[in-house]
Amino acid sequence: MTPTQQLVSLHTLVRKEMSRVLRIWVQTIVPPIITMSLYFVIFGNLIGRRIGQMDGFDYMQYIAPGLIMMAVIQNAYGNVVSSFFGAKFQKHLEEMLVSPMPTWAIILGHCAGGVLRGLIVGTIVTGIALFFTDLHIVNVFITISIVVLTAFLFALAGLINAILARKFDDISIIPSFVLAPLTYLGGIFYSISLLPEFAQKMSLFNPILYMVNAFRYGMLGVSDIDIRTAYAITILFIVVLFAVSTVLINRGIGIRE
Amino acid sequence: MQALSIRNLVKVYGNGVQALKSVDLDVAEGDFFALLGPNGAGKTTMIGIITSLVTKTSGTVRILGHDIDTDLNAAKACIGVVPQEINLNSFDRVGNIVINQAGFYGMSVRQARPRAQQVLEQLDLWDRRHEIARNLSGGMKRRLMIARSLVHSPRLLILDEPTAGVDIEIRRSMWQFLGALNDAGTTIILTTHYLEEAECLCRHVAIIDNGEVIQHHPMDDFLRTLKQQNYIVSTVDPVNVVPVLDGCLIHRLKDRELEIAVQRDHDLNDVFAGLGAAGIRIISMRNKTNRLEELFFNLTERSDPGRTPDATVRPETEA
Repeated sequence: MTPTQQLVSLHTLVRKEMSRVLRIWVQTIVPPIITMSLYFVIFGNLIGRRIGQMDGFDYMQYIAPGLIMMAVIQNAYGNVVSSFFGAKFQKHLEEMLVSPMPTWAIILGHCAGGVLRGLIVGTIVTGIALFFTDLHIVNVFITISIVVLTAFLFALAGLINAILARKFDDISIIPSFVLAPLTYLGGIFYSISLLPEFAQKMSLFNPILYMVNAFRYGMLGVSDIDIRTAYAITILFIVVLFAVSTVLINRGIGIRE
Repeated sequence: MQALSIRNLVKVYGNGVQALKSVDLDVAEGDFFALLGPNGAGKTTMIGIITSLVTKTSGTVRILGHDIDTDLNAAKACIGVVPQEINLNSFDRVGNIVINQAGFYGMSVRQARPRAQQVLEQLDLWDRRHEIARNLSGGMKRRLMIARSLVHSPRLLILDEPTAGVDIEIRRSMWQFLGALNDAGTTIILTTHYLEEAECLCRHVAIIDNGEVIQHHPMDDFLRTLKQQNYIVSTVDPVNVVPVLDGCLIHRLKDRELEIAVQRDHDLNDVFAGLGAAGIRIISMRNKTNRLEELFFNLTERSDPGRTPDATVRPETEA
């Protein structure tokens, strides 16, 4: 395949994944919006009033970036894991595997769907947040770049989950038992400065903490973490997960007999 | 040039099952090749390796000169494959499935649209292009998989039981289509359990059993090895006494039905004359099984006497 043909194959998969996200919008877009609206009502409006301020901001303002990021993470991950595993389960993944499409295009194409869904849901959740509080973006570049990188990272993680999954249980175990705890303990609802010293140190092993804080820094200008460290860790994870996906697909682990 | 060249191909699955045992196989470019064997013989494993869906244990596979170990993408670009199982995205539309497949081979939407229209029209699916795949009948799904495999104009088309579960009318129209495709230069490898299909369409045949190629011949030479043919004869009147004829073995199946086993070099006119002399008037005569089926049955049973071959499809035509 020429480089142009490789790009055409990537474009085909991106188009296919995007049309899937938009075709089943009732499953992909609406549920997270309802969930996030409930978070804003309950944690922000009802409970948040009693909490008062955190890091100099209303509690609602403080948690809004975290909730947006949580929506992005869950949807980027969930989209790729369900799309890829669905293709594997129905065996139409073979359409790509028998073609000369390069591995990087298979990875990027699937991740594009996850990033798109993450960004659509994130944007709508941002709009919902504006009904409850004022949000000002302090640094547009950091805000946009970190949300795109985070969506890409978790799309890659979802892809690896789907590649290795053998049954439907396998694609729900990681989101339920790994992703959800890491997300809730990733500084969405609180500043880690509130935690005991040991818990603060433990939190530093949670990669989601870095992304949530970088995003909060982009929107509010406050963070528990150094921004350069957050970028470095996010990019490092992307490189590692991309490499792992490439090896898995090239060796046919989980997708070839 | 060989369209497919396989040397010492071995596949051992993780559970220890040896699906292929040092297989050698050549398929010439332009050939219409039948790859036959009972279930579990190793046909689908071999096709999986050729199409890179199954990882081989050892051996070499070259597709139109491209080694799948060193030049996999070039090899893949030459192949179109119709798998045994339906593997369509059942939620996508017929037209999208074909156009997307072209895209995976590097064809832009502008290039893919007319080609998709052409293959969908050839397979009588153009009117269904906006239909969701899961709403198609079984036969339509099979035809859609063929259309999808052809959209990038492959030089080697591999069909793994493409007519399984398809009614006789559609099957025969598919034979016509595949014959024309082969005449136009596409090499076709066909696996099927309808041995009549292989006999009608293919010029060469290989029989694989227990992971080994046990026969590999031009179809005509292979059929000539059959020593005896069995016919079912229907008579006008009930036959009470079974006649004895030279070179034949006759059994009475029903009042008006006889089974006659005739040696291959025996003249059928002598059989008719003998039956006539015995006062038996014949109204129809047909093969009990087709010739390839008879050979297939003999070979696969000989290699594993404990197993009953499953490719025992009754002939659908009267001789």
